Amino acid sequence: MERLILRRLQADGEEMILNFGPQHPSTHGVINFMVETDGEVIRKAIPDVGYLHRSIEKIGEQVGYPGFMPFTDRVDYVAAMFPNEGYAIAVERLLKLEVPPRAQWLRAISCELCRIASHLISVGTMAMDIGAFTPMLHGVRERETLNDLMEALCGARLTYNYHRVGGVAFDLPEGWRDRTLRFLDHFDRFLVEFDRLISFNEVFVKRLAGVAVIPAELATDYGLSGPNLRGSGVDWDLRRDLPYAAYPNFRFQIPVGKGFVGTVGDAFDRYYVRCLEMGESSKIVRQALETLPEGEFMAKVPRRIKPEAGEALSRVESARGEMAYYVVSDGTEKAARVRVRTGSFTAMGIVDAISPGLMVADLVALIASLDVVAPEIDR
Amino acid sequence: MSQPLAQPLAEPSPASKRRARGVLGLTLAVGVGLPGALFGLIVALSPLRTIVPAGWSDGEVFLLHAVGLVVLAVVLVTFGAVISGMSVWWEMRVSSRMQSRVGYNRVGAGGFLQWIADAVKLLLKEDLVPAEADGVLFRAAPYFVIVGFALTFVVLPFGQSLIAADLDVGLFYVLSVTALVVVGILLAGWSSNSKWSLFGGMRSAAQVISYEIPAGLAAMVPVLMAGSLSMQTIIQRQGAWPWQWNALTNPFALVAFFVFFIAQLAEGNRTPFDLPEAESELVAGYLSEYSSFRFAIYFLVEWGNLWVMSAVAVTLFLGGWQVPGVGLDVYEAARGAAGSIPGLGWWGLQVLSMLVFVAKTLFLVNVIIWIRWTLPRIRVDQMMSLCWKYLVPFAFVCFVGTLFWQLLVTARPWAALATGVALTGAGLVATFFFLRLTLRNVSAVGDRVDLTNW
Amino acid sequence: MTVQEVHERLLARFGDEVGPLGEPKVDPFCVVRAARIVDVCRFAKEDPALAMDFLEDLTALDWPKRNVIEVVYHLFSYRHRHAIVLKVEADRAAPRVPTVEGVWRAATWFEREVYDLFGVEFAGHSDLRRILLPDDWIGHPLRKDYQEAGGYRGFDNVRENPLVELRRLDERARAAAAPATVPAPAATPPAPVPPATGEKA
Repeated sequence: MERLILRRLQADGEEMILNFGPQHPSTHGVINFMVETDGEVIRKAIPDVGYLHRSIEKIGEQVGYPGFMPFTDRVDYVAAMFPNEGYAIAVERLLKLEVPPRAQWLRAISCELCRIASHLISVGTMAMDIGAFTPMLHGVRERETLNDLMEALCGARLTYNYHRVGGVAFDLPEGWRDRTLRFLDHFDRFLVEFDRLISFNEVFVKRLAGVAVIPAELATDYGLSGPNLRGSGVDWDLRRDLPYAAYPNFRFQIPVGKGFVGTVGDAFDRYYVRCLEMGESSKIVRQALETLPEGEFMAKVPRRIKPEAGEALSRVESARGEMAYYVVSDGTEKAARVRVRTGSFTAMGIVDAISPGLMVADLVALIASLDVVAPEIDR
Repeated sequence: MSQPLAQPLAEPSPASKRRARGVLGLTLAVGVGLPGALFGLIVALSPLRTIVPAGWSDGEVFLLHAVGLVVLAVVLVTFGAVISGMSVWWEMRVSSRMQSRVGYNRVGAGGFLQWIADAVKLLLKEDLVPAEADGVLFRAAPYFVIVGFALTFVVLPFGQSLIAADLDVGLFYVLSVTALVVVGILLAGWSSNSKWSLFGGMRSAAQVISYEIPAGLAAMVPVLMAGSLSMQTIIQRQGAWPWQWNALTNPFALVAFFVFFIAQLAEGNRTPFDLPEAESELVAGYLSEYSSFRFAIYFLVEWGNLWVMSAVAVTLFLGGWQVPGVGLDVYEAARGAAGSIPGLGWWGLQVLSMLVFVAKTLFLVNVIIWIRWTLPRIRVDQMMSLCWKYLVPFAFVCFVGTLFWQLLVTARPWAALATGVALTGAGLVATFFFLRLTLRNVSAVGDRVDLTNW
Repeated sequence: MTVQEVHERLLARFGDEVGPLGEPKVDPFCVVRAARIVDVCRFAKEDPALAMDFLEDLTALDWPKRNVIEVVYHLFSYRHRHAIVLKVEADRAAPRVPTVEGVWRAATWFEREVYDLFGVEFAGHSDLRRILLPDDWIGHPLRKDYQEAGGYRGFDNVRENPLVELRRLDERARAAAAPATVPAPAATPPAPVPPATGEKA
């Protein structure tokens, strides 16, 4: 592997080849970058992934449709509701199953709370990578409350296994709604404080403004999605443009990068889009809790799930981008193929193209602003 | 935010209460006793170098002074190490509160003895020297660093007569001796024979060397105002009240104070200038290959530098040990005859001046800690451009401005007092608005200031 | 445009190189001849009426019974919000498909993954090497007939059933605790049956 990379890098003895990782002091996961530098400036940074490959797609072909749900949590354990939902929607499409409205609403609520939790980690670790340790811990403190809420809802703090094919697993516990509303009241004020602490801090802005600019055409060409794509100025969000589940019933804005302090598509845009998205998710959860319909939270699903031969694609707007599940059924109880297309995989693909010319410190900012997590890349 | 516990925590048993009280007692004993003993020794020993007891021969006096100096040197180095450890504790408690965490709370009451535990742990670790590393340089590098740190204590004026050696070139001595630290860092980065260490060492060397320039230039401003390089003279030429401090009596000196402070942050490798140890980028930079005691030395020096940086800044700009209301003649009057042991009043004044100095230095140490946990770190090229494009020109302007200021003050002596009062007033107003804004921000989030939560 | 209209447009341009749109077994797809896939993709991207500028996914399916590996392309257009699924059938023994890297750069990594896990060679790819698995891995795991090679570089991939192992350790501990007066328990471990609740080492 080293020889292959070195041949590609055409090292001529002048530059230095560094291994960034695979053990990072940040939480992006086990990812390795082979970085060829000329002093502080990078010539080329080649990502080297696969340290967390757990053959989840192969497992999907072996455990049967309902049994795969816990594995979907592990596809992105930082924001585990989205893989759950994506897989459930794909199988429901194969079964041509209607999900009851209460389940749709509960899915939306749990997913949006999960989005807040995931973004807290994302912006927090980004600030930590830039050198400010305090915002990360404030974010984690808020996330602790979210973890408590999730634990009350589905029993787990990280890998929820909450959605099921046909609905959700549990209904809201007593008092959960009030707890969540109280948390959201506090959280909206926390966001203001967070902004004041770090977002427009002069040093922070100087580190991120105009750094690692990804123009919109490049972002689309490389298949970027989610906040990365919106940070580059492309106004696209699955929840509004191809709505699914309960999202048509809620009103919310889609923050799009517009060069808040620098160029459109720089690292700060991607960061700030996530900050704003947290506020929007808070609004969605409030609306959902107010309009939560009564009824069942699980459809009538056959005991053995054996869809007809066919294939279905489901797309959900995950915290890290667009997560697409492509489930192929051959008429038996086990899927013929379960494919997960994640936002982080394509985001890693763009690092190679953007990194030449960056400084080493900017590479850290780039990786942090793309919000990649290793489980999504490697599955 | 979370639900209350189902049943309240059980009342602690008498045995554990006794144990908790014992731990608290031990903590207080160490926390108050250790620095108290060291400070006391400094107070007791520092004047010894000038006392000439009646009836002693020259040889005996020389021996007395020599022994006194050696003991004082040991006490000062110990003080440096102890203050470094206690700064670690304080920083960790403060930072944990800023980050909504509990912080150290296991070893000793309030986690106070944690630094002792950490030091012992580091001493007991395996001492690794990488096979590929340059053995001699690798082993030698920490010594440069600690020598550069320890030697500065010689000229730190702890009180009116509490200085190990009041060199005529005190400030010059400090600036030159702290440059030894650069040598240590460069050697560490190079001899570790690792790319990451080399990166960190180069960055750090560039940073420290560059920031010596604005630090030196800004330090020239109090020298101009006092007319001497000696630390004690610089303090004596200032007054005790805030409007008589160097920083507030001369607007150029105020700017120079900020330039000096920033430059010292950079020299001490503190955030926002901690690129050489940027954890998320280079793991530990030039320290990556060090373990055990050698690593402990680097850490000791980094935290001890907080004290040294602040002490020098306090000396130069914030009036040093001057006690408000006590003029220089009071010390002279209490001193008595040159040969005799001074009376109790004089010792009391010394302790008072030392307390003033320690209070001011601790305040600046707190500011440094506060900055570290608030600001992110800046990039290498931004750091260099900050130094050369901003700090150095500012320092030059302050230097030249002070020259004119001195002329003005000679012609119109009331100008110094007027500026001092004006700047002090402005400072108080700014502090008031800052505190008000802080309280507003805190209540905007629904929190409140709770000083009992310690 | 609906999927049918998109398909008709492709048919109009490429004739019989683009297969018919399958019945909508939830999502319909059409099979494209391998040789023309690059042209079809480029047309889909650059034609203003289609404008499929987003390569949603590029993956593969293994059908050992039909002896093909299907490479699947999910295309989407942000401007028109329509999508289509294209498939290329490659011979399972030696699957070779031209690369669409030149059309969407996202394909670079997708195709590397398909090569890694299915063994499909993409002709013209700039950097076709394994991405998720180590470089010296043998085999392509997502194929249906993939057999594990029995370990990797000395790491075993088989281990004893933990319940059997725990039961054996239990017995050993019991034998060590009880002195020699007690006859030694049977040496053979019992069959690997899940124990009743509560029995755990």
